[in-house]
Amino acid sequence: MSNLPNPIVQEARLFAERELRPRATEIDRKEELPRDIIVQMAKRGYLSATFPEEYGGLELDPVSYGFFTEEIGKACCNTRALITVQTSLIGGSLLRWGTKEQKEKWLPAIASAEKLGAFALTEPLVGSNAKAVQLSYRKSGAKYILNGRKKWISFSGIADFFIVIASCEGSVSAFLVDRESEGITVSPMSGLLANRASHIAEIQFDQVEIPCENLLGIEGGGFTYVVTTALDHGRYSIAWAGIGIAAEALEAMVHYSRNRTQFDKKICEHQLIQAMIADAVTELHAARALAVRAGELRGAKSADALMETTIAKYFASKVAMKVATDAVQTHGGNGCYNEYPVERLFREAKVLEIIEGTSQLQQEMIAGYGLRKYYLPKR
Amino acid sequence: MTLLTEAGMREKVRSYIAANLVVYDEEVVFSDEDNIFALGFVNSLFAMQLLTFVEQEFDIVVDNDDMEIINFSSVSNIVNLVQKKKAGA
Repeated sequence: MSNLPNPIVQEARLFAERELRPRATEIDRKEELPRDIIVQMAKRGYLSATFPEEYGGLELDPVSYGFFTEEIGKACCNTRALITVQTSLIGGSLLRWGTKEQKEKWLPAIASAEKLGAFALTEPLVGSNAKAVQLSYRKSGAKYILNGRKKWISFSGIADFFIVIASCEGSVSAFLVDRESEGITVSPMSGLLANRASHIAEIQFDQVEIPCENLLGIEGGGFTYVVTTALDHGRYSIAWAGIGIAAEALEAMVHYSRNRTQFDKKICEHQLIQAMIADAVTELHAARALAVRAGELRGAKSADALMETTIAKYFASKVAMKVATDAVQTHGGNGCYNEYPVERLFREAKVLEIIEGTSQLQQEMIAGYGLRKYYLPKR
Repeated sequence: MTLLTEAGMREKVRSYIAANLVVYDEEVVFSDEDNIFALGFVNSLFAMQLLTFVEQEFDIVVDNDDMEIINFSSVSNIVNLVQKKKAGA
């Protein structure tokens, strides 16, 4: 990056370089995001980067938040995932749909890392068809009672509270649930391809009682409003996560090819290596341009922002996978060895094409948009 | 900001909905009273886009109390909501 006007983003780059990049491989291997990193992030306001100041936030605008996410994500995908969950999914949902009391209770706690949240949407049998959640709720007096199971929930292994999406006779609602509520069992998952230190877990809810004031938004608005908001914020974060991986992979590819010699010359002098580098540069710049555009529209609260964010996420995640793949290819056998970071970047890139809506879902949405926007009844 | 007549509001809302239909039949027509969600003309993701459009276009804030999907289900219901919010309700 040659132009980082926002001082918070510049500081984040230095923090990432000093504190995150040297530990990213170890974090991945040990499958744990160290508490001291979480605390350092909180002290700098990084868990609440977009929150209003009254809730302990840095009030970063969307474009700056994007560059901030890229800097963190370049250095450590798991730390970036923490930001995606706390700031985008949880923070975004609470800021838009929370009551004054809910915001005051949870947002400052996230900002200080006193409490961490997790967004519990996905289930063993419910992924892309998110509206079909099976975890149930029913109202009983002044309480709601939850029963069911969630799976693949990032940071639920260490979260203090969850936003839980549940259904009652086809009506989907969102609830804030304290982890200490009776009837909750959290089972960490291991053996994952990527996000190994994102504390992904299953959560079992057995007759979990929560007070009525823990409803987030309106009853029946859980999918239409809360989930849609969370996924929109999440996709924006993932678009920049993809840019971060692509940028890191490109830098690794360039460094390796400028130092590795085969057939009596640096491999960067071989045209087919140059072709991969050329494509990586072009695709990275294009992905970043799409994400900046989405950020500008989000800042302007444009009605076009949601679709441009979808396009940015779709493209940037593809670019991340492509560039990470070519980075491994450039490294040859070394790219298949966990002593070289590109091995980790390759795994981490794949996940971005699946989470916050698979690439196939994004294609469906973009196709629907294109079939309207670019249709000329008469030519 | 130019004051919009009710007819002007209806036209803006109708145009926005028409530009975001998920059906591609050129013959599709909908009245101001038609429930666009029940008829399958838009999908459930559109509700959030519609909310953002209504807040930005008409400079109103939609509270949780107004979030029932019925308020966004037809041109008439949307205009009624906007007028209610403009009147300070």
